[in-house]
Parts: sequence; C-alpha cells; structure tokens
Amino acid sequence: MLRLLNIEIHKLKHNKASKVLIAIYFLLLTSIALVAAIKFDIGPIKFHLAEQGIFNFPYIWHFNTYMASNFKFFLLLVIVSMMANEYSNKTLKQNLIDGLSKKEFVLSKFYTVILLAALSTFFVFMVSLILGFVYSDFNEISIVTTDLEYLFAFFIKLVGFFSFGLFLGILVKRSAFAVGAMFIWFIAESFIKGMVFWKFKANADDIMRIFPLEAMTNLIKEPFTRLSAVKTVAKQVGENISKDFSVQILDVAIVLIWTAVFIYLSYALLKKRDL
Amino acid sequence: METILSISNLNKKFGSIHAVNNLSFDIKKGTVYGILGPNGSGKSTTLGIILNVVNKTSGNFSWFDGSISTHQALKRVGAIIERPNFYPYMTAIQNLELVCKIKEIPFTKIEEKLKTVNLFERRHSKFKTYSLGMKQRLAIASALLNDPEILILDEPTNGLDPQGIHEIRQIIKDIAANGTTILLASHLLDEVEKVCSHVLVIRQGIKLYAGRVDEMTASHGLFELKVDGETDKLITLLEGFEGIASTNKDEDLIIAKLNKPIKSSEINSYLFQNGVVLTHLVKRKPSLEQQFLSLTNNN
Repeated sequence: MLRLLNIEIHKLKHNKASKVLIAIYFLLLTSIALVAAIKFDIGPIKFHLAEQGIFNFPYIWHFNTYMASNFKFFLLLVIVSMMANEYSNKTLKQNLIDGLSKKEFVLSKFYTVILLAALSTFFVFMVSLILGFVYSDFNEISIVTTDLEYLFAFFIKLVGFFSFGLFLGILVKRSAFAVGAMFIWFIAESFIKGMVFWKFKANADDIMRIFPLEAMTNLIKEPFTRLSAVKTVAKQVGENISKDFSVQILDVAIVLIWTAVFIYLSYALLKKRDL
Repeated sequence: METILSISNLNKKFGSIHAVNNLSFDIKKGTVYGILGPNGSGKSTTLGIILNVVNKTSGNFSWFDGSISTHQALKRVGAIIERPNFYPYMTAIQNLELVCKIKEIPFTKIEEKLKTVNLFERRHSKFKTYSLGMKQRLAIASALLNDPEILILDEPTNGLDPQGIHEIRQIIKDIAANGTTILLASHLLDEVEKVCSHVLVIRQGIKLYAGRVDEMTASHGLFELKVDGETDKLITLLEGFEGIASTNKDEDLIIAKLNKPIKSSEINSYLFQNGVVLTHLVKRKPSLEQQFLSLTNNN
C-alpha cells in the first residue's frame, strides 16, 4: 500500500499544476477562519459574525465541515486530471508495461484519494479547533468532543466524491470532459429530483437519497437553519427542533456503497479496455 | 535451454478483424528474435498482449515457465512500445525514479543507464524538451534499468533520422552482445537481418515462418541473365538445364532459381554452346527481403 501511495505521490509532487491546485485548496480551507473577521461597525449597528455563535462548540464542527466541503471542486480537478493525464500521456500503458498491475494502478489512485480526504479532514479539524478555542463560549472537553461525527461524514463525503471523479476520469479519459460529465450528472440528478418530487411527493426524499450526489449532500445538512434553531432553543426552552441535523448512518452507508461501486467500475473498465 | 516466454494458440479479434490468428512460439534465453511483418500484421498487438496492455481473445502465454503472474514477470522485462511514453513535466531522472519505484528496484542504476544512452548531460531537463531521438534513448535507458532478462523493442527506430537509427542500432547490438535476450518487432528487414539470429514472419496475424535467419535465406541462390532478343529461346534452354528450378521474367531480366549448386561458368558455356550469347550474367544469394516478400505475397 505504501509503495502504491509512494508511486502516486511521486507523480503528483513533480506536477506544478497539481501542486498549485492543492496549495490553493488548503489555503481556501484556512480561509474559513477569515469568516471570523467579518465585522460591521456602522454607528448603532454592531455585528461581529464570530460572536454570533457560529464558532461555538459543538456547532462549529457542523458549520466548518459544511463550508469546507464547498471547496472540494479544487481537489476534484487534481484528481480528475491525475487520472485523465495518464491516458493522454499514455503513461498508463507505460506503467502497466513496467510491471504495475491494473488493480494496483486503480488502488494507487484510490489510496491517494483517501490520503487527500484524510489530510483535508485533519486540516478542517485543526482550523476548527483553533477557531473554537478562540471564539467559542463553551470550552469544556465534553462539549468540544460532541458531534465529532461531522468530521467523519466530511471524510466519507470527500472519499465518495473523489471516487466519482476518478471513475469519470477513467470513463471519458479527458480532464475537461470528465469535469463536464460530473456537471451533467449533477443536472440530471437535479432534474430527476424535480420529477420525483412532482410524482411521488410523499416518498421523494427516500427515493432521492440513494443518488450519489444527493447522498453526499445529505451527509452534512445545511447548518444555517440550525443556528437560529439553536438560538431559539436557548431562549425558549421546551420547543422542539423539527429538522434532524445529525449524520445519518444510512447516508454514510449509501455513500460507502457508491464509493465501492465507482472504484470497482473503474477497475472493471480498465481491465476490459485495450490500451 | 530456459524458456523465457511461451505463446500458444494466441488469438485476438478487434470486431471482425482477426489481428492475431492462432499464434504459437517460444522465446529461449540468450537468443535475439525478430518479428517481421508488414504494417498492420499484428506485431504490436502480439507484444501488447504479452505486455498486459491488450486483452487476448483466446489462447495462452506464460512468462518464465508460468511461475509468476504477468505483472510480476514484467518487472524482470524491459520493453519499449512504439512511442516513448513518459511524464512530460518530469525530468529524465524523475521519470526513471518512478520506473524504479514501479519495478521495485533501487535508484542506483539510473546514472549508469543514462550514460549508456548518452543522456547524462541532459538528465535534469524535462522530458517534454527532448527530441524524438532523445525520447527514444530515454525509453531504452528505462527498459534497461532492471538489467532485464529480456528486452522487447517494437519498431525502435521508427521516425528517427539516419543518425538516430544508427545510434539506436548500436545500442541494441551492444546489449545483444552482453547476452541479453531480445525480441525485436520491425518491418525493416535489414534491421532484423543485422541484429537477429531468429526470425518469426507474420502476416495478417498468421505465422508464416519461424526459425533461424540464416536458414530462411539459405538456398542455392539464383541467376540473373540478359540477352539481346532471343529471350524465349533462352528460357527454353534454361528449363532444359538440370538444376534450374524455375525461371521467370522481371522486365528485361531473366531470373533463374536453382535447386542445386551450379557455377556461373557452367551455365555460361552451356548457353554459348547452344548459340545464346549473354549480355548480363550475375549469380546472387537471395536477400531476406526477397524471401520476406515471397513469403508475404504468395499466399
């Protein structure tokens, strides 16, 4: 496993475009911290976003993983191009001739996806921890360690998303088209979503959650309404929060199944093709 | 003798095209094999199959007596297929380091092999800045990194200028002189004739000949004759001479193939005694080219 990872890192570390994109991605992750700097001070209206409770433990885990997952498209470019370039440079052929098996080739890409997702998760964890300790109203260990499953969901979400990217990279062999294919899939899924909501109103959510992108979205639900809910609850004890914001095991399972499907299909496709 | 590669009843179909048709042959250690065939005869497809990049339709092949899996075997093989494929953004050294990582060998041989192919001075230049000849030389360096038990070359001089061709051939000859087994696919006959000891001729995926190069060209030779007028009389006379297998006309030249050794003087005096005076008489050994053409055209 380390050998395969080592091979893939060797390919990435000498590639300027990939390095720049990865650097931008991690800078953007850090930029979540900049939200803390949003501060209005116009006469009577004083507003400091960081003081509004978004950086309170444990809510910060939810908020930051949600925000950070919007930057995943930068890494998607890296992952799709690291796959598609192997085709356009014909280096895939050379790798196989040099003695890499097709299985090892797909695994080396998948391990890299896991590594990048793990690094992102760790990065978000560190940024959130620091921001939390600076701005959070509660710093007790028991509260800090609550809701850490959002980090796990973030990791699973990235692995699933990037595996989808890998598969499209192998399928269409060109980076630009692969990203385009992802976009078309997104539109198709939105269209189906519209149709499903129109036809089967009652079960719409249950049907939609099995689609890959929808399942990935469901992993970390939008945190904004929860913020007000949390505040309301803080003020009026006893009111029920209608929406469940927690990470659902079923969504995790669906995304994991899709990940397995994408990786297996990538391998099957590669195995079937003549190069 | 140890068998390095064994192919039996190999078939490959691309839709309706039968690119490799029931091909069988063995590669023994220490020999230099040539695969000869016109463009599109299935040479590259065959090499693609044994190198794990093309899927076979049916049949079998096994490396090193089938004791290890194909991708493990390929770590002991050096191969260059058609065009050199490397990462354009990496330097020669970085590309070769990657090959070492895939083949699971240390980096120690990189500098030595770059010197062998005369690229040491340019080792820190990016691959994309190389000329075609340099790219091809880097591919050879890469194939030699593991001191392979067999070196597979597919059209290694294709697209190179005369100097590049000469350099590559010299490198191949040096490697062959070290006792490395070589499998060389080419449509260039003199290349195979100069380098190889054994040859496999294929056309449309079918094996036409397999054996030693010198046996393929071995025969009693042929005569080229010319007369002023009287061509028909010459042909009749020649057909009556014992030892002449066949005659045919090639423009104004008469080609007479022999089935036993005949001296030029014998045929000359025989014809002169029968009243035919030759204006041209040459005895030739058939070249690999003629043998190749007769093999690939006649059936």
